[in-house]
Amino acid sequence: MKYVDEFRDPSAAARYVRQIARITSRNWTIMEVCGGQTHAILKSGIDQLIPQRINLLHGPGCPVCVTPVELIDKAVAVAAMENAIFCSFGDMLRVPGSEKDLMSVRAEGGDIRTVYAPTDALKIALDNPDREVVFFGIGFETTAPANATLVYTAREQGLKNISILMAQVLIPPAMEAILNAPDNEVNGFLAAGHVCSVVGFEDYERLVAKHKIPIVVTGFEPLDILQGIYMTIAQLEEGRAEVENQYRRAVQRNGNTAAIKIMHEVFTIIDRKWRGLGIIPKSGLALDEKYIEFDAEKKFGVADITAEESTECISGLILQGKKKPHDCAAFGTRCTPEHPLGATMVSSEGACAAYYRYRKAIPGDDPKEKQ
Amino acid sequence: MSENKYTGLNCPIPITEYPRILLAHGGGGRLMHQLIDKIFATAFANPHLETAHDGAVFDTESKKTAFTTDSYVVDPLFFPGGDIGKLAVDGTVNDLAMCGARPLYLSAGFIIEEGFAMDDLWKIALSMRDAADEAEVSIVTGDTKVVDKGRGHGVFINTAGVGVINHDRNISPSSVQPGDIIIVNGDIGRHGMAIMAKRENLSFETTIESDCAPLAATVKNMLDANIEIHCLRDLTRGGLAASLVEIASTSGFKIEIEEKNIPACDEVRGACEILGFDPIYVANEGRMVIFVPEKEADRTMSILRESSSWPDATVIGRVIDNRTGIVTMKSLIGAERIIDMLSGEQLPRIC
Repeated sequence: MKYVDEFRDPSAAARYVRQIARITSRNWTIMEVCGGQTHAILKSGIDQLIPQRINLLHGPGCPVCVTPVELIDKAVAVAAMENAIFCSFGDMLRVPGSEKDLMSVRAEGGDIRTVYAPTDALKIALDNPDREVVFFGIGFETTAPANATLVYTAREQGLKNISILMAQVLIPPAMEAILNAPDNEVNGFLAAGHVCSVVGFEDYERLVAKHKIPIVVTGFEPLDILQGIYMTIAQLEEGRAEVENQYRRAVQRNGNTAAIKIMHEVFTIIDRKWRGLGIIPKSGLALDEKYIEFDAEKKFGVADITAEESTECISGLILQGKKKPHDCAAFGTRCTPEHPLGATMVSSEGACAAYYRYRKAIPGDDPKEKQ
Repeated sequence: MSENKYTGLNCPIPITEYPRILLAHGGGGRLMHQLIDKIFATAFANPHLETAHDGAVFDTESKKTAFTTDSYVVDPLFFPGGDIGKLAVDGTVNDLAMCGARPLYLSAGFIIEEGFAMDDLWKIALSMRDAADEAEVSIVTGDTKVVDKGRGHGVFINTAGVGVINHDRNISPSSVQPGDIIIVNGDIGRHGMAIMAKRENLSFETTIESDCAPLAATVKNMLDANIEIHCLRDLTRGGLAASLVEIASTSGFKIEIEEKNIPACDEVRGACEILGFDPIYVANEGRMVIFVPEKEADRTMSILRESSSWPDATVIGRVIDNRTGIVTMKSLIGAERIIDMLSGEQLPRIC
């Protein structure tokens, strides 16, 4: 298939693996930021092919995983309301809150609908004028423009029965939080290509200048990731620290200006709590004052709900790259995709789910040996 | 399925009379008898139904009898490449064929929601008749219930089936042997993506049609040629992955497949790429995996490709002499990973 097969070509992949091995002279730790990249790495087996001296850490780039438990509790409270239709991407339904997940609310009679795009919620609101439609606005810069468009359109059309539960987060502040941690081990980043396709990579130039660390904007196909690793290792071995763009076929330095414009129109930057990472300054998006009538937290009085994370789940450490899924005592035993303790085991972009699905039990292949 | 197929065959219960199913159609009185006579007995007409008895009585004269049942709740009821009626016949026929049986008789139970369009019920009955004719089976007994509006989803269908086995082969996962070659009869993932596109109103450049098809004739061709079939399994909801995981786990042997050999059309692959799906987990309704000894591989392939009209039949992997009972796949770039069942449905990626 065009535009896919050429990025999975086995002989080109083998050439990259050889080149990476040739230039790697010491141990390096690289974090791929995006959960989509984590899954691509494990699915295609890139971690098994590259030199053992390169340690790939899995970053916080899974929108479901970083949503704190108290936001799930807020969603549960809103979704259980008599007149509500709660619209969410499917992954969020199985993330455990303090007491229950959204799937249980649905089983108890809550009207919870899986949608594929924010505009689906708009249509549901138009079709159900007597009901309160609430959209769970999760995700990074990738989903922000579409979620902003939902709110913008609702205001344009004068819709009064739709609101958004905002859980929107931003990637560069989370990368900075990881770099600022006293025990940071990350030598270089593969930045999330899809995020950069929306907002560009100017923000990373500041990060690189401050922290002297290579950042390579990287795509999601096996060859993208191998090339991203090669470019990062080359910088490290040559003592360079720059922003480089591997994903040129999708990403421009300035990003997508129309998408950025609508984000700025509808949202404002706030401090936001991340699961496992705590409050990160200027790392989230909230509705701008002009659109505040669409804020579900305010509309339904759930803003004050707070909750603590489960103590057994180490997803916080996993999201910071400090632990790998196999390091968790509950992995694959008390915590499985059927009975998840934390979000990283639920989401199709979560690191624990990726390890569980692709690496559970190949005899003789213990991922710990590579660490 | 194109609606044109039904042109010229008007619903025998005129729309002016009963355009929609009433609760009374399940009430055991005249309306129910009229519904059964005019819709089901007319569409499925055969000597067993004409006896209007409580059940069908028949003689199978076989060494062994295979018996199976399945319920069909597909949404939407009509989708590109088929409908719930065709599915209800093909699904049960295929389950019998996977036991190495020749399907003969089906039952059909309908749970219909009050208000369901009579014309749609007629289309479904005709589609079941066509599917039964194609698979050379008869629908010989049945049942009709009507539930209150809001308590069903248009129509649910249960079919059970009886088939005969007149050979001595034990076609089952326990017969799988190291060295067996694994063949799939065509490209995977069409049914799941066709249903999903229709249900979620996703539009792609081309319409993906369901692969819904009967497999009994193909199995018969292989048995007639005396192919030493070790195991057959139709690929249904959990896709190719779930079927292979089940067989590996039951047989106790490791199964290895190669990603580059898995047949999937560009439409399915493209839709999967957009949604973040893996075609090996997408549902099928006319696909099966066939386990045969390596010496039988060429003959099996030629039967599939030449006399059974499966031009895309492909060897996808083999059974390994390793008692781990797992499935692994060699990725396109040459690394090995484990294939497991999913916990539930695949969910589209968020970003």
